[in-house]
This record gives sequence, C-alpha cells and structure tokens, in this order.
Amino acid sequence: MKSGFPERAHVALRDMQLRRNLALATTTIRGKRAAVTGERGDWEELRVAGAAIKRRVLRHLEDYLLQFESSVQRAGGSVHWARDAQEANEIVVQLVRRTGASEVVKVKSLTTDEIGLNDALTAAGIRPIETDLAELICQLADERPSHILVPAIHKNRVEIRDLFRREFGLPDLTEEPTELAGAARAYLREKFLSTAVAVSGANFAVAESGSICVVESEGNGRFCTTLPETLITIVGIEKLVPTLNDLEVFLQLLPRSSTGERMNPYTSLWTGVAPGDGPQEFHVVLLDNGRTNVLADEVGRQTLACIRCSACLNVCPVYERTGGHAYGSVYPGPIGAILTPQLVGTAEAGSLPFASSLCGACAEVCPVKIDIPQVLVHLRGRAIRERTAAGAGERMMMSAAGWALAGERRFRWARRVGRLVQRPFVRENKIERLPGGLSGWTMTRDLPAMPRRSFREWWNGR
Amino acid sequence: MRVALFITCMNDTLFPETGIATVQVLERLGHDVVFPKAQTCCGQLHLNTGYHDSAADLARRFVRVFVEEEIVVAPSASCVATIREFYPYLAEQLDDGALAEEVEALTPRVMELTEFLVRRLGVTDVGSRFSERVTYHPTCHSLRGLQLGDVPLSLLRAVDGLEFVELPGATECCGFGGTFAIKNAETSSAILESKLENVVATGAAVLTAVDRSCLTQIGGGLSRMGSQVRTLHIAEILAAAP
Amino acid sequence: MTARDVILARVAEGLRDVPTGELADDIDVPRDYFRTVEGDAVERFIERISAYKTTVKRVAPADLAQRSAEQLRSRGLGRIAIPPDLPDEWLPSGVKLLSSALDVQALDAVDGALTGCALAIAETGTIVLDGGARQGRRALSLVPDYHLCIVDEQQIVGTVPEAIDLIAASVRRMLRPVTFISGPSATSDIELARVEGVHGPRTLDVLVVSPA
Repeated sequence: MKSGFPERAHVALRDMQLRRNLALATTTIRGKRAAVTGERGDWEELRVAGAAIKRRVLRHLEDYLLQFESSVQRAGGSVHWARDAQEANEIVVQLVRRTGASEVVKVKSLTTDEIGLNDALTAAGIRPIETDLAELICQLADERPSHILVPAIHKNRVEIRDLFRREFGLPDLTEEPTELAGAARAYLREKFLSTAVAVSGANFAVAESGSICVVESEGNGRFCTTLPETLITIVGIEKLVPTLNDLEVFLQLLPRSSTGERMNPYTSLWTGVAPGDGPQEFHVVLLDNGRTNVLADEVGRQTLACIRCSACLNVCPVYERTGGHAYGSVYPGPIGAILTPQLVGTAEAGSLPFASSLCGACAEVCPVKIDIPQVLVHLRGRAIRERTAAGAGERMMMSAAGWALAGERRFRWARRVGRLVQRPFVRENKIERLPGGLSGWTMTRDLPAMPRRSFREWWNGR
Repeated sequence: MRVALFITCMNDTLFPETGIATVQVLERLGHDVVFPKAQTCCGQLHLNTGYHDSAADLARRFVRVFVEEEIVVAPSASCVATIREFYPYLAEQLDDGALAEEVEALTPRVMELTEFLVRRLGVTDVGSRFSERVTYHPTCHSLRGLQLGDVPLSLLRAVDGLEFVELPGATECCGFGGTFAIKNAETSSAILESKLENVVATGAAVLTAVDRSCLTQIGGGLSRMGSQVRTLHIAEILAAAP
Repeated sequence: MTARDVILARVAEGLRDVPTGELADDIDVPRDYFRTVEGDAVERFIERISAYKTTVKRVAPADLAQRSAEQLRSRGLGRIAIPPDLPDEWLPSGVKLLSSALDVQALDAVDGALTGCALAIAETGTIVLDGGARQGRRALSLVPDYHLCIVDEQQIVGTVPEAIDLIAASVRRMLRPVTFISGPSATSDIELARVEGVHGPRTLDVLVVSPA
C-alpha cells in the first residue's frame, strides 16, 4: 500500500514554519468569515436554498446537462464531453493545437489540477502559464498547491522573493508583498496581452443560458476570459445550476464563505461568444472523471454539491495542523477527505476518510450543508469493506471487541481478562506505555488503568 | 419518573465513578433509576472505525434492550449523538425497515444527562456544592451534534461554591475522535497541544465535560505533562453534595 | 458509443433511486432569504464600496464633468479611454480622451478608463457592467491601471437578488458578458497580506450622481 495520511502528516507536522503559516491563515480567514456571515440575518436561509438547488441539479443532472449543452451551442460555443482525465486532456491539447498556439494562459482551476492538464500540455509541447499569483508561485517552485483558496500558504515572503529573483531575473527584488505582486503583474501582463488561448475552470455553469461564472480576486480571471481569441473552459458535470437567478444564492454564499468578503473583487459571467467583446471561439469540456461514481452513491452524492469555498479547511483542526500536502490530493481538507476517495477509489485514498476527529466543524460552516462527518463515516465503512484501510492487527482487535460487546456475559469476561492483561503496564494506576498498534496513544498521553470494580459491579452490589 | 440508564461501555469499564455520580444525581431528584443489564455499547467505536456490520449488530442490540423504555439517559453526548445521527443511517444502509421504525420511535427518548436535566426536567440547580475553580470543555458531539449550547453551563453555574472560569478556544476539538487518536496519533496529539495550553492557562483546578472520552484525551495529556489539573465528568460535580 | 452517450448513461444509472415520475421542480427550493434591504441604499452602497479602499464621492448631475475632471487630475491622469457612447455632459475637460476601440496594447498604455455601469448593489458595494450603454467592452475596465466609474443613484439596487433579477433579464435578451466589480483587484496570496492591484486596475474611483 502506498503511503497514507498518517505518514504524510508525520512530515508536515514537523515543519514549524508551515504550522505557523497555517495557524495564521486559518484563524484569520475564520474570523473574517464569521463576521460577514454573522452580519446576515438570513445566512441559514441562504444555505438552505443553496443546498436545495444543488439537490435539484444532482437528482436531475441528465436534464440539466442536455439543457446546458444546447444553451452553449445556441450562444455560439462548442461542447465536448470527457469521460476521464485523459480524454479531457486530449480534447484540450487538440483544441490548442488547432489554434497553432505554443502557450496558454490559465486561470486557477482545481479541475485542471485534478486532471493533470499542465503535464499533458507540456508533454504536447504547449507551455501552460498559471496566472493566479499563488498558482504561479507553486508552478515556478514546482510544488503542489496546499490550500484551495490560498494555494501557496505553505511559503513565506522570503521564499517567494528568492523564487522570483531567480525566475524573473530580478536580483534586487525585496520581500515586500506589494513589490512581489508587482513583479508578478509585470511578468503576466506581457503574457496576457500576447497569448491567444486561455484555459479556465468554472465556479458555476448555468443550464438555462449556457453561461459560465468565474469568481476571483486578482483580475487574472478577467484577463484570461476576455483578451485571448480562444477560450477553453473545463467544467465538472456537477457545476451546473438550473437558472441565472440561482446565482443570486451562490454569489452570496461563496465569497462570504471563502475569503470572508461581502463580495469578491471580480465575478465574470459570460454566455457563449459575444461579438466584438472577448474570445470569438469558445469551448466547454464537460468532465466526468469519477463524478458519476459519486453521484451513484446515495450518501456520497451530496459531496457533489461542493462549491469549493474552502471554509471547511479553515475550521478543520486536522487541516490547521497538517496543511494540504498531507492529504496527497488536489482536494485537501475535509472536503478532500470525502471527495478524493470517491473520485479515485479507496485503494488510492483509503486513509483520507480516517483523517478526521469527526468534530463536525466542517458541516457547521458548509454553505451548502454537506454532512461531511456522515460521508466520512460512510466512506470509512467502504474502505473497511473493500479492505483498503486497516491492517490485520486492527481487524483482529475490532472483531474481538465486537465479539466481547455482543453479550453481557462476554463483556464481563473480557473485562476480567483486560484487568489481567493490563497488569504489566500499570504504574500508579496509570498506563504510560502500550504495545503495538496502541502505542500511538501513549506517545503523548497517559491512560487510566482499568479499575478493580466496574460500574456494573457497583450496581449489582448496591 | 422511571429513568433507564445507558451507562456506555467506556464509563462502565474505565470510569465507574461517572456512572455512580449519574445515578446519585438522578436519585437525588427523586427519579427511579433502572439499569438494564443486557446493555453493552452503542456501537460508536465500530461505526466510526468503519466496521459497520458490527456497529449494526450493536445498534440492534441497543434497540432491543431499550425499546420498551419511556426515557433513556446516558452520561455521554457522543454516544447519544451516535444513536440519534447514525442509527437511522445504519438502518437505511441495512435496508431494514423494521429497525428504522424502531429507531425513529426510540431515538427521541434517548437523552444525554444534562440535556435531560435542563431541557426535559427544566432543572438547573441539582443541589450540589463544589468549591473549586472549574473550567468547561464543550465536546464536539455535545456542541455540534446534540446542539446543547449553554445547557451544561447552566447546571455548572447553579453549583454552590463553584468558581467558573471560561476556557479559551473552548469550541475547538480536543483531537480525540475515537480511534483517530491512535490511527492518526501525531495529528491528534498536535490538536491536543492547543487544548492543553488553553486548559492550563485558565488556572482551573478541575476540567469538566459531558464526555469521558474527550476527558481521557485531555486528562491523558495533562497527566503526561505532570499538570495538577484534574478531569471530572460533569455528573461528578453535580453529584457532589453539600 | 460517444463519450457523451457514456456519461449520460452513467448519470442515468447513478440516479436509479430517483423515482421516474419526479420532476426537477418537485424538489422544493425554499427562498426565504432577503430580497430587499431596509434603509437608504445609496448610503449603504457608499459605505460598503468604501470598505474595499475605493474612493466614492457624491456629485450633482450638473457638476459631473467638472468633478470627474478633478478626480482624474487629483490622480495625475491625463490620457483616459472612454466608451463611444458617453454623453457630452459626462466628458471631463482638460484630459485627453481616447476611443475604447484601441487595441489592447494601446489600452495598456493609457492612464485609465472612464465608464458608466449597468447597475450597482448596495449590500455588497458592487458595480455591475454588462456591456450596455456607457460601458464599452470588457477590456476597457480591465486593461488600464485606473478605473473611474460613474453610477447614477437610480441604478443602485439593495441586494444581490435584486441585481441578478435585472442582469438575468439582460443576459437572456442579449447574451452579453457581465462583470461584477467590488473594489480594485486584490490578492492575499503572500502570507495573507492584502495587496491592492494585481492584474486588474490598481485603483477604482466611483462618482455617485445624485439629484441636487
């Protein structure tokens, strides 16, 4: 079995710089989110509406996909369908080749990260240029993003300065964020003005009109979707919303949940091709890549309601300590722990559903009310059933416990055995070291010894 | 009122004093406490670790043992939350319509101890006296699962002599999470660190909560660091008589 | 089978639990959130957009040309691109006005852009452009480093739902692209330190036209 969450967390937890960055980032965004959701007297009503719209879409996805397809075509765009990552990448490579371009500019898109589009383009001799500042940092550093919203949160300003000095040939650059952002602006401006093809993802795709909605802060999204001649948008099939009016819910839920702003600086909404304004060639690639597997599971289905706000990451006690890389997945945090195993299977990602204390903070903030703890528990069941998690030792212990708890007499007997077995480990009524699989507990915590008399024995003796 | 006590396997085995205190509080208030002896465990351990067949067996057993009871009280929010939130799930997964019906009928009658006292009986002063500086950790299942809010605090505030001190970052998880604490021991310990710092910063002599499981995590950490802070289940404070 | 057929078949297969007779509209979507806000929408708009480090001033219709000229002068900007259909009474004096039809290289070289908008949202401090009257194409409010936007107070609606109602109608009718702008472009990607001005205009100024 490949390395799982505990092994990757082992590395991340030792990186104290990362721990400090994460603690700062998560607490800052948490506070901002709490303020702008708290000021809304109708926040719960918005969540209820958002969840219901997504439920409607998912239960009737076939109708909405067909409606979206014909809407895009009517508005002058083309629609392509991709069963998996490879097919999606092939479509994009073909489309770019047809334009003759050797470079494409990219808006930050988790979906293109998921399908490994950059590698596919590079292999085809096409240079992808990430234009979101943090994505650019990750791309230049050849590192994987660690947070959905602030992908370079694992890097500090000095590291970024050194990277830019080297990559942009600017030896005198300081570590002032304004100056660093200015350097990226100058570098990318030239790319925006000269690149003929852009690739974007989508936050929302409107079935009624074929419109695509991209929500962002820096303006790179606007550049990519406005200046190039050709625009290719990759859309996961779950990103649909039925009507333009449904955006009134999500454009309130997303920025407040995500960056903790009343509204993000820029939201672009375009519909096919607009004569004289923006790209004159527009392609949508509708992507499955495992999403229909998620759809088919009645409990897991709600995962597809996710609008990628990252609020669940910021409140998660596990994510706050380990950061995104420990998840070994494009989608980190609680949402990644339920989405990834469903997309790629538990054989690949079976340790992720266990990477949670089930504290429920994620479900409390989720703007579309995904019951993340429920899906985590559901997927734990699947991983155990499919034998893609837990070793033989754990299985034996759990089945012994199941046996012992299946009857009152067995339970009493097991306790007697327990009192005998614990003896060599007990000192002054506590256990400071446990063997084997249980040693994880006593690494940092004592355990009280099992007392001579159980509650039941006390009760019987009254 | 006849109250059936679900003691939970953990309290039964490791913390009998929590169960004894629960009985004392309920009896002091004049209730007739019964202890159905066939009870063992709600199935949470197996459910949360992914062994859903065993969890379903234990859920069926729980329902069988308690189905006739008018009211079932447990000194554990996480067990009650498991019953309330996940028994319907297990019945659905098993496609067991009869179990689903029994679960639907039984779960509203299963209550966590402080929830029962305050929300069902309308009692906050249970006539206890406890003269120490106490801080309170709202466990995740009590806070976000059962939505207990200030219920346990209202009981603590009515305890004679008790000096209450607010726990910083109270609503954050202690990092326990059942077998998570073992399977992801390092992450669990990193989460615990912050909780320990906050507990020690209060200067309290006693940390209390409505779940012994979380107190085992925090108490285990306090013990390891040589702290003098004791952990007591809230029932043990409520049972302390003048 | 094409990829399209396969995906649609997988979707249908995955949704076998949905009763065949169920229609999308059978799924109830409760919309009990606010559609309007109490209070003065203009005041709220000014307060909210100011929170994004945008300078907002109220001006009388008769003073508009003069006040916009002052605003541009105070920023030291002399070459301003404008959409082709700005009314004469909007045109600031003392600056060089250029056509928005410039290619993007030329747009990149101007000091700023002056546009109107389709509407504005008080609750979130947002201006909305839909390529309609007095707005020009999208590149105009994007490529230059400065944007001066003129909002008639009649254009300010209270809430996002009110704005989407209007915008949805215009999208359905004309399929025009829409941009929501809430302050200057910004990033917090480096240690969460907020930096105004990344790729979009580094400065956004707004003049709200109110009857005297």
